[in-house]
Amino acid sequence: MKNTVVVPYTGTPEQENELKEWLIENKDMQGLTMPALQKAQEIFGYLPRAAQTIISEHTGVSLEELYGIATFYSMFRLYPVGDYKISVCMGTACYVKNSQNILDKLEVLLKIKEGETTPDGKFSLESCRCIGACGLAPVIMINEDVYGRLTGDELEGILAKY
Amino acid sequence: MSKTVNLKIDGVNVEVPEGYTILDAAYKAGIKIPTLCYMKDLNAIGACRLCLVEVEGARSYLAACVTTVSEGMVVNTNTPALRKSRQKTLELILSNHRTDCLSCARNTNCELQTLCHENNVDMDRFGRSNLEPDIDDSAVHLIRDNSKCILCRRCVAACSVNQHVAVIGPTKRGYDTHIGSAFGDPLDATSCIHCGQCIVVCPVGALTEKDESEQVWAALADPTKHVIAAPAPSVRVQLGECFGMPIGTNVHGKLPAALRRMGFDSIFDVDTAADLTIMEEGTELLDRINNGGVLPLITSCSPGWIKFCEYYFPEFIPNLSSCKSPQQMMGSVSKTYFAEKQGIDPKDIFVVSIMPCTAKKFEKTRAGQSASGYPDIDAVLTTRELANMIKRANIIFDKLPDEDFDPVFGMASGAAHIFGATGGVMEAALRTVSEILTGDDAPKIDFSEVRGTKGIKEAEYDLAGIKVKVAVTSGLENAHQLLTMIKNGEKEYHFIEVMACPGGCVNGGGQPIQPSFVTNNLNLRHTRAMGLYNQDAGMQLRKSIDNPVMNELYDTYFGKPGSHKAHEILHTTYVEREIY
Repeated sequence: MKNTVVVPYTGTPEQENELKEWLIENKDMQGLTMPALQKAQEIFGYLPRAAQTIISEHTGVSLEELYGIATFYSMFRLYPVGDYKISVCMGTACYVKNSQNILDKLEVLLKIKEGETTPDGKFSLESCRCIGACGLAPVIMINEDVYGRLTGDELEGILAKY
Repeated sequence: MSKTVNLKIDGVNVEVPEGYTILDAAYKAGIKIPTLCYMKDLNAIGACRLCLVEVEGARSYLAACVTTVSEGMVVNTNTPALRKSRQKTLELILSNHRTDCLSCARNTNCELQTLCHENNVDMDRFGRSNLEPDIDDSAVHLIRDNSKCILCRRCVAACSVNQHVAVIGPTKRGYDTHIGSAFGDPLDATSCIHCGQCIVVCPVGALTEKDESEQVWAALADPTKHVIAAPAPSVRVQLGECFGMPIGTNVHGKLPAALRRMGFDSIFDVDTAADLTIMEEGTELLDRINNGGVLPLITSCSPGWIKFCEYYFPEFIPNLSSCKSPQQMMGSVSKTYFAEKQGIDPKDIFVVSIMPCTAKKFEKTRAGQSASGYPDIDAVLTTRELANMIKRANIIFDKLPDEDFDPVFGMASGAAHIFGATGGVMEAALRTVSEILTGDDAPKIDFSEVRGTKGIKEAEYDLAGIKVKVAVTSGLENAHQLLTMIKNGEKEYHFIEVMACPGGCVNGGGQPIQPSFVTNNLNLRHTRAMGLYNQDAGMQLRKSIDNPVMNELYDTYFGKPGSHKAHEILHTTYVEREIY
């Protein structure tokens, strides 16, 4: 269950200050933790360790608890979105057409796990629910491009285009 | 009189105070509802679903550990459907649990194993798990194997609720849920303070101490080594539990007898070093009071507390007593004074301390803990590890005669014995300090205000005209509250005792593990501590200052408490650490 990749921190001091200022402004808010994580994701685009550490210092909520929340809810990202965001459809139709195999193959090719981003920041990999192209199952999307009726063998070629 | 509630459980009428849970009410009615994740005052989350009961009129089964009683309630705990439900719940847990029971450290003392046995569970119902070990052994004191974790979250609660450390918690969701640290970091990278409270609350074998017994066996088999055993105060009222004796039984005589038969060359008592700690710490306290030193003085015997202070309250580092803990003093005088006296090269001495504590495994690795040029302590065994070694040595423990510890460091005062319970170090110090201050050799002995298992205890004593305000706390959440009050100027003291584990060493992370059914229904800390207080009460020698070993040590070696030589051998320093 260890994290497999380390993506360089992309945050800036300005972003850190924005988060700190927001935390000071809202320090009396009840149930501050969730809004704080949402705000941090809005500022940084994801929840880097630095942002979670800042929230922990300001709220007294332990880093472990924040990390537990961040990994529980699928809306939180622990990695920045890559230049190319790959979404593997795991909706019912794609799933029965073995989209798990597509996801597994992509994990091997990109050397990252679902939810992670390649260290160079190029690709991020995630699963999604039905994208409305069931007729093409199994389907993946890379940014706005849709690739369907995949067997897995074509993935290497598809990735090479980017 | 608080209001009471009448209800019926399995046909038995029972009257309990308002606010009781069904679980507690059932216990009062003589009914044991099985539990797994529940721990009284610590973890009541209704997660494991083993304590489900049928409440007439309710839409579904309810978790007895979190449902409070109401007037006229009719509860059934033993219907065919409930028995089936418990069985299935256990079978599902087993399907995701690595069952290497025969070689598991918790074999025969595993709550899951016991429940499966009692509930006639079919191990193969959902197929055996083919889980591989999922191990984090990065920390110096424990090994986590998540393939055995059943996600009860008892360790998480111990870490955050009792200890205010909160470096472990549930991560991810669904099948991927596991207990770990933020960002998947190894425990060693976190601000874990090594207290081991997570180990003693773990119902299964997912958390175990790092076993050092093989190193000890090797030393015992090495003819060039002079191997010294040194058990801590609280070990003698706990070890018996591992051999089926009632909780709180004091085995002060059988303990050295067992160690002698295992082949240790010298059997010393850490209690003697506890007396030495009092001589040094008492002197330090008087010096700070008389010469305007930093106050309050805070005790330094508990290595979990020390590390907590270094991480979370570095501003209090100057307040910490510079005295080494009794364990480290024992090791340092064994390799200096004893080595010189016996003409043994300290490199050939191997000191094994036997501790209620897993943080002691960390403490021995700290810098500034090698007075002789060699580490003061070579191996640290927990009470549990020692019990296993005694069993492996084929010793029938309860048939052992009572024997004495070896001379030199074999005699201790009653004050040293009570070191193992919260308030004990404070009381021991007050006995000696009051004698020094009043010049009266029969001063006050019982400082009962600082005894007991309350989280924070306060008292004020008049010692020969000097008012001494003291506080005693155990459990680091309590310590956190106390120090925060001092920081905010709300409280002022001269002397504070802090022990990391709730209740002190008698409830330490290295002590025998009692199942939650026992800890939920018995004040374990109190029962164990009484074994120490009873021993103290029955003794003639009750003050550290009266221990003849102290006279000998100071007359022939150290000169006087707090001397230059004492500082070189018996004192240490601390470092500020960055919170993770």
